[in-house]
Amino acid sequence: MKLPVDLGKVAQARDLAIAITRPLQAYFADHSTITIERAVLRLYGIDGVDEDEVPWPNRVVEQLAASGRLDRGAAIALGQAVLASGRDPQEAAEALASGIIPPDDSPESCGEARDWARSMARRKLDELMAFRARRREMRAALGAGPTPWKYVIVATGNIHEDVPQAQLAARQGADVVAVIRSTGQSLLDYVPFGHTTFGTGGTYATGANFKLMRQALDELGAEMGRYVQLTNYASGLCMPEITVLAAQEGLDMLLNDALYGVLFRDINIYRTLTDQHFSRLLNAACGILINTGEDNYLTTADAFEEGHTVLSSQFINERFALDAGMAENLMGLGHAFEMNPGTEDGLLYEIAMAQLVRQVFPDSPIKWMPPTKHVTGNVFWTYAHNTLYNLVGVLTDQTIELLGMLTEAVHTPFASDRYLALKNADYVFNYARHLQDEITWNPDGRIAQRSRQVLDEAVALLEEVADEGLVKAIGRGVFAGVKRPADGGKGLEGVFVRHSTYLNPFEDLLRAGQAAIAQRVVQPEATP
Amino acid sequence: MSLVKQPDLTHVLPYGDTLDDGKVQFSFSLPVPAGPEAAEAARRVLLQMGLKDPLLVAMEEMGPSTTFFVLYGTVTRGVDYANIHVPKAEFEHLDMHEIDDLVERELGRELVVVGACPGSDAHTVGIDAIMNMKGFAGHYGLERYRQIRAINLGAQVPPETLVARAIEEGADAVLASVVVTQKDLHITTLTQLVEIMEAEGVRGRMLAIVGGPRMTHELATELGFDAGFGPGSFAEDVAAFVAQELIRRQSR
Repeated sequence: MKLPVDLGKVAQARDLAIAITRPLQAYFADHSTITIERAVLRLYGIDGVDEDEVPWPNRVVEQLAASGRLDRGAAIALGQAVLASGRDPQEAAEALASGIIPPDDSPESCGEARDWARSMARRKLDELMAFRARRREMRAALGAGPTPWKYVIVATGNIHEDVPQAQLAARQGADVVAVIRSTGQSLLDYVPFGHTTFGTGGTYATGANFKLMRQALDELGAEMGRYVQLTNYASGLCMPEITVLAAQEGLDMLLNDALYGVLFRDINIYRTLTDQHFSRLLNAACGILINTGEDNYLTTADAFEEGHTVLSSQFINERFALDAGMAENLMGLGHAFEMNPGTEDGLLYEIAMAQLVRQVFPDSPIKWMPPTKHVTGNVFWTYAHNTLYNLVGVLTDQTIELLGMLTEAVHTPFASDRYLALKNADYVFNYARHLQDEITWNPDGRIAQRSRQVLDEAVALLEEVADEGLVKAIGRGVFAGVKRPADGGKGLEGVFVRHSTYLNPFEDLLRAGQAAIAQRVVQPEATP
Repeated sequence: MSLVKQPDLTHVLPYGDTLDDGKVQFSFSLPVPAGPEAAEAARRVLLQMGLKDPLLVAMEEMGPSTTFFVLYGTVTRGVDYANIHVPKAEFEHLDMHEIDDLVERELGRELVVVGACPGSDAHTVGIDAIMNMKGFAGHYGLERYRQIRAINLGAQVPPETLVARAIEEGADAVLASVVVTQKDLHITTLTQLVEIMEAEGVRGRMLAIVGGPRMTHELATELGFDAGFGPGSFAEDVAAFVAQELIRRQSR
């Protein structure tokens, strides 16, 4: 079943997305951020915390900033420290952070350090790619289950409590487990260290927590003969570092939106956009499937009136991802079932939107989000709401379905909430498995009309954004009704202009490896 | 005389299908495998709660050694509804548009509200739910209000910084959100906040409001705040209170 979709309009939208994102590509080439530099250090294997629990990557970057050398990039300084001290990178980094190794700006020292940084980056990246390849093999051998993939969250705050809950959810049939982060982590300008047991509304994303959960799900996957995907959140002030940790610890997906942090966490737009570019270069290389956060627009703004903002933003997120060398099959573009349940024919409009997104991005594993906005503490009503959400999900062939919890808006999910959610989804997906093959849409009907309207409005909005520029448009509040000025928000002080001798060898290697994808879609073809 | 039985408000019981039948519905899970012992354990959970006649209607094993139950039970001790008095902030409940219209009509200017999680509390979930555009559970936050300029300073804001910013912005109200209540940390911070407002001489012209999962209006007023909002409060409750309280004070 296909809705009639104007392919000319879709191609126009993609051209506009290129016009919108192009000026920012130049910005990314000239700038870096403190968290990108910390991510570089983490890619070299720098980890751990000092006696005050400050991560060593933060200590190194603070030292470089204090001595005025950060704009050359952390890679050169690390290389100099290693070569001057003869120690391994971790020890050298600690010495560098402590100011034991004095700066040396001689061309010889810098030149040797650049060579070290490049060859070590190649080695570290080769190791990482080999690790990711082994994971892909394991996943292919076990199989990841039919779509829609059932995605559930655990959020106890304590990783040792999360693990059995995640295993239980996986046994109950969950295909994807997300560990929700502790409230406020997105605004921390460092990544906490070690196993954590005290999060609120979620558990801190740390390398150690990732490792523990990955291992638990791998063991269970092997026992069940079914691969369980693990995801976390690479948004906020440490987006690139979370991406590195996720890559190193074998996560399959990451929430990684270009604009989410700007709109919903009031992070500065230049900070988040610069961070997302480097994050996505790495996600693309590691085969980490990203989920974008357009669903959130509909929790703030009205889902009927603002449906087109979701589609417009998806075109922009798609373009930013392509520019970072990410292929469509790694782009879990997000949207949601958030129409007011009192709307007459609301179900038809939900189907229209879901089917439109499915057809406009045919190769993308679309991320479909459950009702939250109109959910109250009435758990019985929420369960009814979620049943229709599941029906639209299977009808319109969504790829990743975050299952609605009947206690949404009440507390973090109980084990029994996930059980009931999975039971609901299994029932609906099985009971209506091939419904989509049986349906032909009325070309003049409400669903087709609604999808035309959304596409037309999305193109009109993209034209506006292209005219005034993305940064200005966001300052005016075009997405989710949230206004964020260019110089406002958190983290702008962590963005800096690259010196002419700046080096980030990981970025250079990743970009070279993925140039083909970014090139290929400079002039994208219309969707077949 | 009506044949329809009326509830005795000094002895109110849960209502199933017959007045005063005391019927209550339960669902929970136990970390044990399904079976006759599990069923008995679930029934005993209700018995220990003081319920009579526990009736197990569903027992589903939801994983190894974890079982989900649905049960019904009967409550026999009624509640004296007639003599319940809950202190609460006095205001008329309005929606966002009504509040905007009221402020425009009665005050003729924008309200300024400055909020934060004061002290060491790093949990912005509450202040974000009330202030951020996105709001919470379908209730828009104060940033969304046409007639309110809402400034959310976020987490871990020293009380003095919060008050200084409120003065700088000419705030009508200060909002404090406290989530962490271990060792009564919130009491110390909130007391400090009110003391600083008094020391700065702004307590008379600025409303002080506090919210949090363990907050009640009663506790808030004891600490010297104008209002306290607990779980289930939304931006429109805070906004309606602030608007109406300012209008009341203006007309005095």
